[in-house]
Amino acid sequence: MTVMQHVWIVLGVLFVLLNIAAGLIWLERRMLAVWQDRLGPNRAGPLGILIVLADTLKLFFKEDWIPPFADKGIFVLAPAIVVGSVLMTFVIIPFSPHIVVADLNVGILFFLAMSSLGVYSIVLGGWASNNKYSLLGALRGASQMISYEVFMGLSLMGVVMLTGSFSLGDIIAAQKNVWFVFTQPLGFIIFLIAGIAETHRLPFDIPEAESELVAGYHAEYSGMKFGMFFIGEYLGITMISAMTVVLFFGGWAGPSFLPPVLWFTIKTFAFILLFILLRASLPRPRYDQLMEYGWKILLPLVLVNLMVTGAVALWLRGG
Amino acid sequence: MFSHLRTIWLTFLHMFHKRATIEYPEERTPLHPRWKGRIVLTEDPDGGERCVGCYLCAAACPVDCISLQATEDENGRRYPEFFRINFSRCIYCGYCEEACPTYAIQLIPDFEMAEYKRQDLVFEKEDLLIKSQGKYPGYNFYKVAGLDAGVKQKGQGKMEEAPVDIHSLLP
Repeated sequence: MTVMQHVWIVLGVLFVLLNIAAGLIWLERRMLAVWQDRLGPNRAGPLGILIVLADTLKLFFKEDWIPPFADKGIFVLAPAIVVGSVLMTFVIIPFSPHIVVADLNVGILFFLAMSSLGVYSIVLGGWASNNKYSLLGALRGASQMISYEVFMGLSLMGVVMLTGSFSLGDIIAAQKNVWFVFTQPLGFIIFLIAGIAETHRLPFDIPEAESELVAGYHAEYSGMKFGMFFIGEYLGITMISAMTVVLFFGGWAGPSFLPPVLWFTIKTFAFILLFILLRASLPRPRYDQLMEYGWKILLPLVLVNLMVTGAVALWLRGG
Repeated sequence: MFSHLRTIWLTFLHMFHKRATIEYPEERTPLHPRWKGRIVLTEDPDGGERCVGCYLCAAACPVDCISLQATEDENGRRYPEFFRINFSRCIYCGYCEEACPTYAIQLIPDFEMAEYKRQDLVFEKEDLLIKSQGKYPGYNFYKVAGLDAGVKQKGQGKMEEAPVDIHSLLP
């Protein structure tokens, strides 16, 4: 590929992702309404899709307030980190056989590293706000991320073992015959749960918890800085959905009557809708319950999964 | 764990339920005749004001949003010189309607009274008076009152007997 092609792919991926993240505002509100017997935004434009434009304009015209007691530099930096780290993750995701920014040979490691960096945004944002609710949100965010990061990585090791490679291109190629969701069902479920916790979405939105912590780590943010946290959250949903599709549902593979990139989009949106459905249906657990659930149930489960997968893989290879 | 999955499934099924939303400006809920909304002053069947300026509504009002001044015409008929309701204070409790002895003040099923300026929510007597008898058609206070205020002669009122000649002993 020429240099220009690379540049076009990068710009195209960036453009599409930012638009999807903005469009998810509308999609989420509409789908939540559908599942709560309401109508949702339906006034601005066809099916209310221009609500995205209205929301963005509103955010831009809000007062961009930095509290005088805040740590100014870090306060401004925090929202940029979440968007930056999530966008970096999309570098390794193959949207189709040819549309991939960089198929790194350490793909999954890169993904884990970048998604862990996202927690800095929460911790720094909560700390710099100099507000007790924000700090509590940041603390919860840090503990949640650390504990869920552990078995998020471990749940993917089964996939890596079966493939023998960290590269996402190889992982998709290894799912040519059977998707990893059938050979690694436990790994898939645990990865999905960890992914929800990783994007701190409901039911695991402990760092935000608007009913107890007002808005947690972004309580002091306004205007487009707050918007960046939101874009980061929606990008995170898209990222976890895309990673689930790549790792467990064969990525862009599908019957040939649709182009691969469309298959990828359909599968990803199915998972985004699942994220929204989870938000519509499940209540938030207490944070000690969340920790207990993670360390006492999911971590042993993922270790068992890891050992069984390793044993079976060795047995198949040896036999 | 099973109950979680069941919850998710039941929420998913809500996709096919009927919407609860009423799209207000195009679609409206029916308001009942006794719905307590905007306050009006009604008139009696002869077209006269029903209000006799007794101040009972102003006394009953829990937020003190009613202000009036009573006066009399040449026949001795009482009426309010001015009658002012501050709808930015009114809580639409309907106590004024209950207190009114002449059915003059009534609450009607209308709530769409938004204004751009707060002062426009202060309604004067000419804004409150309507050409209707409201919920009590046919009622005329001065027809049943003992007082002759130009509406009926002495002894001519509804269910009223002619005056007795107290100087005669004949039954």
